[in-house]
Amino acid sequence: MTFNHYYYCCLGIVKREISRFIQQRSRLFSALVRPLLWLIVFAAGFRAALGVSIMEPYGTYITYQEYIIPGLCCMIVLFNGMQSSLSMVYDREMGSMKVLLMSPLPMPFLLCCKLIAIAFLSLMQVYVFLLCAQLVDVDISLLGYLTAAPAVFLIAFFLGALGLLLSSLIKQLENFAGVMNFVIFPMFFLSSALYPLWKMQEASIWLYRLCQYNPFTYCVELLRFALFGQLNLSAFSVVLGATVITAVLALISFSPKFSQQR
Amino acid sequence: MGIVINDLSFAYGKKKALNKVNLSLTTGFNVLLGPNGAGKSTLFSLLTGLTQTVNGTININEDDLSNNKSKIMSQMGVVFQQSTLDLDLSVKQNLLYYASLHGIAPKKALINIELILSQLSLTERLHDKVRTLNGGHRRRVEIARALIHQPKVLLLDEPTVGLDVESRLLIISYVRNLCTELGICVLWTTHLMDEVEQSDQLIIINKGEIQAHDQSSLLCEQYNVDDIYQLYFALTHNTEAV
Repeated sequence: MTFNHYYYCCLGIVKREISRFIQQRSRLFSALVRPLLWLIVFAAGFRAALGVSIMEPYGTYITYQEYIIPGLCCMIVLFNGMQSSLSMVYDREMGSMKVLLMSPLPMPFLLCCKLIAIAFLSLMQVYVFLLCAQLVDVDISLLGYLTAAPAVFLIAFFLGALGLLLSSLIKQLENFAGVMNFVIFPMFFLSSALYPLWKMQEASIWLYRLCQYNPFTYCVELLRFALFGQLNLSAFSVVLGATVITAVLALISFSPKFSQQR
Repeated sequence: MGIVINDLSFAYGKKKALNKVNLSLTTGFNVLLGPNGAGKSTLFSLLTGLTQTVNGTININEDDLSNNKSKIMSQMGVVFQQSTLDLDLSVKQNLLYYASLHGIAPKKALINIELILSQLSLTERLHDKVRTLNGGHRRRVEIARALIHQPKVLLLDEPTVGLDVESRLLIISYVRNLCTELGICVLWTTHLMDEVEQSDQLIIINKGEIQAHDQSSLLCEQYNVDDIYQLYFALTHNTEAV
């Protein structure tokens, strides 16, 4: 196998995911409606109730809308990652997964291509959301748009790998609803997506601890700083570490030996 | 060139699906015939590497499947019993996706695709969504897909199940022609006895064991029976398909 084989294979997998995404127009719509509702309705209501004092990376007091933007971007990435894992479960049930497994190229490479495709779709959706957010006076600098891209890509890789891992563990499509209750909601609410961690600490110390151990918190913080053209090194390290661990576990779970044992 | 299976056994928990299967298949049309639950699909799954071989060995074109999966997969075309096409994508998108999984450039793949689709009378459906195709057409697309990378071994798991007579005849005659024209090894799994011809290499499997393997006309002579139906009944004691 030459470099060209790998290149065309990766291109083919990414193209397929994009084609499928374009076919499912409602997917983009629902991916945007969810965070926009949070931004326009929820944030508007909480704006008065929740004041966000000066905190890094913001140099001054900010509106609540501005605060939750990174969290909502991560929400898009999280849902996209889980949606992709849902489509993997569907592919397996429908038999299309066999086609992927019949490729002469190594399985880890194929799964990485899948993750690239997931990350690319996430990035696209996040940018569309950020453009929509401009309408409610959320300003992001050009530098912020540029530095957000690698952060979103890394976060999407992590959450995509988590989705792949879950899809290998879920046997039936019907069981996927559990992912919503046991993965998406806890991950999102037990993080700094909606409120700063010090607010959580004031409310409950054990909830604060849970948020601290939640890698999604670091995804949000990584993106929060990236949108300001800054790198939060500790958040980056945690997300990178979580990505590597989750990706390795996902690759192991897709190996025929592991699948057979289960 | 072909498939060589040695002492292949497989069990689902305590239930034995295959018991010490030994087979040697060369180029040409090989038919694997057996009742439901005989072990055909398990054998198929092991041959395609989707299930890992635990006991026994499988060699395809002289390469061990356990050690040279990548090389073997690049030479193998597969049509699964269950449709594996993406219904929301077009015929072209499905075929190009498969070609890309084999590392084939889109331009080169399109040349192969157009040629194969014209042979299967499907050129006009290239841009149609798979969802709009009938069962027979979908099957033909799957066969076209299995041939894009010009395999030397073609495995088909009950490819004509649920199709009308016309589609069945078209598919089976097309695959038979491939054998003679390209000199490839075809393993055609079925439980439909009217698909077997006198000159075919016939393998009868039952309860996970190979009951007979030879040219079908010779097997009929050997077991002193008039046709495949009687042969099948004699070897499987199964009246279901008859």
